[in-house]
Amino acid sequence: MNSSAPTAITVSNMHKTFGQLEVLRGISLTAHEGDVISILGSSGSGKSTFLRCINLLETPDEGVVTVAGETIEMKRRADGHSVPASQSQVDRIRSRLGMVFQNFNLWSHMTILENLIEAPVHVQKRPKAECVEEAKALLAKVGIDDKANHYPSHLSGGQQQRAAIARALAMHPSVMLFDEPTSALDPELVGEVLRVMRSLAEEGRTMLVVTHEMGFAREVSNHVMFLHQGLVEAEGAPRDLFGDGATDRFRKFISGQANPAN
Amino acid sequence: MMSLDFIWQTFLRLLAALPLTIEVWFLSIVFGGFVAAGVTWMRVSGILPLSLFARAFIFIFRGSPLLIQLFVIYYGLPSLPFVRHSFLWTFLREPFYCAVLSLALCTAGYTSEIFRGALAAVPRGQVEAARACGMSGFLLFRRIILPIAMRQGLPAYSTEIISMTKATALVSMVTLWDVLNVALKIRNDTLITYTPLLVAGAIYFVLNYILARFFVWLEFVVSPHLRRRLH
Repeated sequence: MNSSAPTAITVSNMHKTFGQLEVLRGISLTAHEGDVISILGSSGSGKSTFLRCINLLETPDEGVVTVAGETIEMKRRADGHSVPASQSQVDRIRSRLGMVFQNFNLWSHMTILENLIEAPVHVQKRPKAECVEEAKALLAKVGIDDKANHYPSHLSGGQQQRAAIARALAMHPSVMLFDEPTSALDPELVGEVLRVMRSLAEEGRTMLVVTHEMGFAREVSNHVMFLHQGLVEAEGAPRDLFGDGATDRFRKFISGQANPAN
Repeated sequence: MMSLDFIWQTFLRLLAALPLTIEVWFLSIVFGGFVAAGVTWMRVSGILPLSLFARAFIFIFRGSPLLIQLFVIYYGLPSLPFVRHSFLWTFLREPFYCAVLSLALCTAGYTSEIFRGALAAVPRGQVEAARACGMSGFLLFRRIILPIAMRQGLPAYSTEIISMTKATALVSMVTLWDVLNVALKIRNDTLITYTPLLVAGAIYFVLNYILARFFVWLEFVVSPHLRRRLH
């Protein structure tokens, strides 16, 4: 990890329960600027929930999230549930966390260009002309500048996911959150999305990536977290974790990923 | 006898009654739309008393014949002394306002369910993406939820609007001189059984054809994302 760089985001002691099910049992994370952290784990390990709790798409029961020095204030409701104290603070922090979803979630009624400028214009209140210029540059960067005036339904899955990455980048986020960005894609489309993510990593973006792509975790990220039943089972630099430092459970997990049919 | 001249004269007299039909139709869908929006809001508010009220409203106005609703408002409400002595009486003694009120309430029952369905069909992921970008409250509703819901509700809503032109024919039962009532009068006066009804039917038909084409056009304009790509 780039421990010399300033801290981009810290999460401490995150807990989340759905009904009886304890999905997160105290997970902490610190990302310095430029860190790319892959979060691995089998289905049900809590990895997606953890990511969704960071920007409060799920409300954690416990845990403190600090983004670029600003801590999200929480309060207890009368029934004991934890809720954000201020919606406007949540909105502000969310706009600094670019989120990329498994199913792209582009707004279907807007063109790709409109998708990109929507939040910069209406949430961040930036001048539209400036946002349009920047959006076009971002689309060129992810390789779909010819699709600016197309609607999401007219694009392939890989193109939609690249557009969704560009939409997140358009907010100038300090951290990018990726929630299984290639899991909904046909195998031949996975590569084009991973290439874009790799180029973002290379330009020094801070990224938290929930993924099943072992190649990405091993080669692109500088830190890997392996979650099991709501806890961090193992973490460290990929060369340690994928090498001698691997726990039995992690070894079993990666061999299962390599042969998903088994 | 059914001469061309009689058809023409009937047509002209019915055409003169068309503005009233359109006025009742237009006012009831506008007021009905506002009431429906309020009822939908109550229905999905998550506040139990409001939601129960909305359910009861929908149950009553969707569950009973419009003609009964119209008669209850036209004959029933004025028999209540407190209605006759309130400001409402200024309106409720006019058959025109009774007709608009009952049509508006009835269409609101159906329309609020159309609105609710349209809202429920907004993909969760797209709302989540908007939240993740820092949108919430009215901004989220105005920029993301409403435009998507509107497009999804349009086909069902257009059907309701079209069926309302036909529902206006019931106002002939409370002495309003709409297209149907004038046709019935011509029929009574001339003892020509079918012609006035057929001419009236043709007028409703053309009116609804225009509306149907309008909504086809509107759907086309607001849904470029559902069209096949042309380039």
